[in-house]
Amino acid sequence: MSFYIARKNYEEFDFNGFFKCVSDEDVERVLEKNRLTEIDYLTLLSPRAEGHLEKMAQKAHRLTVQHFGKVMLLYTPLYLANYCVNHCIYCGFRVHSGLERKKLSLDEVEAEAEMIAATGLKHILILTGESRKKSPVKYIRECIEVLKKYFTSISIEIYPLEEQEYAELISAGVDGLTIYQEAYNEKVYAEIHPAGPKRNYRYRLEAPERACRAGIRTVNVGALLGLHEWRSEAFFAGLHANYLQRLYPAVEVSISPPRIRPYPGEFQTFVTVNDKNLVQYVLAYRLFMPRGGVTISTRERAELREHLVKLGATKMSAGSCTAVGGRSNTQSTGQFEISDRRSVAEMAGMLYAQGYQPVYKDWQVV
Amino acid sequence: MEDVLRIGGQELTSRLFLGTGKFSPNSLIPEAVRSSGAQVITVALRRVDQGSEEENIASFVPGDCIMMPNTSGARNAGEAVRIARLARAAGYGNWVKIEVITDNRYLLPDNFETIKATEILAAEGFVVLPYMSPDLVAAKKLVEAGAAAVMPLGAPIGSNRGLKTRELVRILIEEIQLPVIVDAGIGRPSEASEAMEMGAAAVLVNTAVATAGDPVAMARAFGLAVEAGRTAYLAGLGATRQYASASSPLTGFLSD
Repeated sequence: MSFYIARKNYEEFDFNGFFKCVSDEDVERVLEKNRLTEIDYLTLLSPRAEGHLEKMAQKAHRLTVQHFGKVMLLYTPLYLANYCVNHCIYCGFRVHSGLERKKLSLDEVEAEAEMIAATGLKHILILTGESRKKSPVKYIRECIEVLKKYFTSISIEIYPLEEQEYAELISAGVDGLTIYQEAYNEKVYAEIHPAGPKRNYRYRLEAPERACRAGIRTVNVGALLGLHEWRSEAFFAGLHANYLQRLYPAVEVSISPPRIRPYPGEFQTFVTVNDKNLVQYVLAYRLFMPRGGVTISTRERAELREHLVKLGATKMSAGSCTAVGGRSNTQSTGQFEISDRRSVAEMAGMLYAQGYQPVYKDWQVV
Repeated sequence: MEDVLRIGGQELTSRLFLGTGKFSPNSLIPEAVRSSGAQVITVALRRVDQGSEEENIASFVPGDCIMMPNTSGARNAGEAVRIARLARAAGYGNWVKIEVITDNRYLLPDNFETIKATEILAAEGFVVLPYMSPDLVAAKKLVEAGAAAVMPLGAPIGSNRGLKTRELVRILIEEIQLPVIVDAGIGRPSEASEAMEMGAAAVLVNTAVATAGDPVAMARAFGLAVEAGRTAYLAGLGATRQYASASSPLTGFLSD
């Protein structure tokens, strides 16, 4: 069994037909429940539920404060390399994008780490493009050795690995995995990944399970919003999180709802996902998974992120940079444009102003 | 006579233990501690940042309190033991609250791993207070393992649902010779009071205080409620009757 198999239950599901049948009473009934089923979750993702957003928000806020407190974990991404062998039609890192390629030396990793650590952050997410040749597991492990001196928690957002490779990185000091399925719709997935190892839908979809079996502590999954109709994508992302939580209860599971952002080169908006849609997704997920984490990146603009603090978010990036070595070299080009450019101190100030506590350290790998 | 709770060689006059998670800002913690009168304060070691004084949650605990690091984040006995040793090495004393949680949906404790960790740490001289599901057999094993108290949950952590495990906790209070401290689930001062009336040695509260509209005032309310409940327990609650006791008995005419 894997989520690939579990997802098949909805292979022929008529989402539009279901949404047409959802009534206000259905939404109200779900809002009165303590424990939501998968279909309840889908009900809250329906167009009909848009008329109940405030009630959803009030409940989501209550649940978030109850389970997490008025705190927000802050972290930042560090791009180690942007070499990539894939042809994803939506990404600035894709193999023929014309992007200048770079991979940090260990000295450069240290320089970036020093700059980030000076901001007070203790959690870091390291990223690479998908190139096993240019950014092999051995290189990532060497980088972790450097980063461990500066950070108490290290997560990875890299190409999918084998279970043994995850175990290797975990023993080196990694405690978290972020991996987005990009599109849960298998047909759309095939269209937007025309070539490269990333074409293997199932291998990517099952990567979090391999990491869980290897003993990872936190897993963050999600769909890249804008590649396909968002309601079903949000539904599958939530189901994926729920599936992982059920099978691996010791793992802290979270979702991210990233929206596609402009990137260097030609840009095409695939499907519009507006702020209201994003908020509905986060609220529905919070009600479905009261203890599930929600990560909001700097892809979203400052004003929206400020509102999301009270709508279910539990983790936010700060002081972000999507360019390899971009903190010490301002000429580098990033994977996508950042929307919220505030520093860690500015983010902390915003959180304090809302009556929230920024958390810099929430785990320590020893 | 002064009513004192003795744990790990320490004498406590307050029977309210306070948690430090979820406060915003952390600067409310000392005020809440003072207002509640709590003497034992638990801190998640995972959040202790010794490199940053202003963000170090441990630095908000008043110096005259007993700091009880907890092993939040531990998924097995080995991790709990390692966290406890780190806490002691970092200078946080030898009290430790064992939290081994392998269920992130309800945050229910793993009693089996908790017993293992308790055995190891008690042998190393720690004052071990294990958070547990209220199970009599597990509680007895914790006593054998060297626990200084047992801390059954009243309801899942952070749920504020109250004493849902009332009957099981009552059995522990009756059968376990160690202090029984109700930890987790207490949402209202009246529920803390109820636990104390039942004979619990203390209660540990966090979410209900930290997420209250006015955490400092709520901390005070819990302090008072625990005191009231304890006083009622010591006073001996009057027997409850199903029927009224008539002032004009129907059988008063009968004589020997």
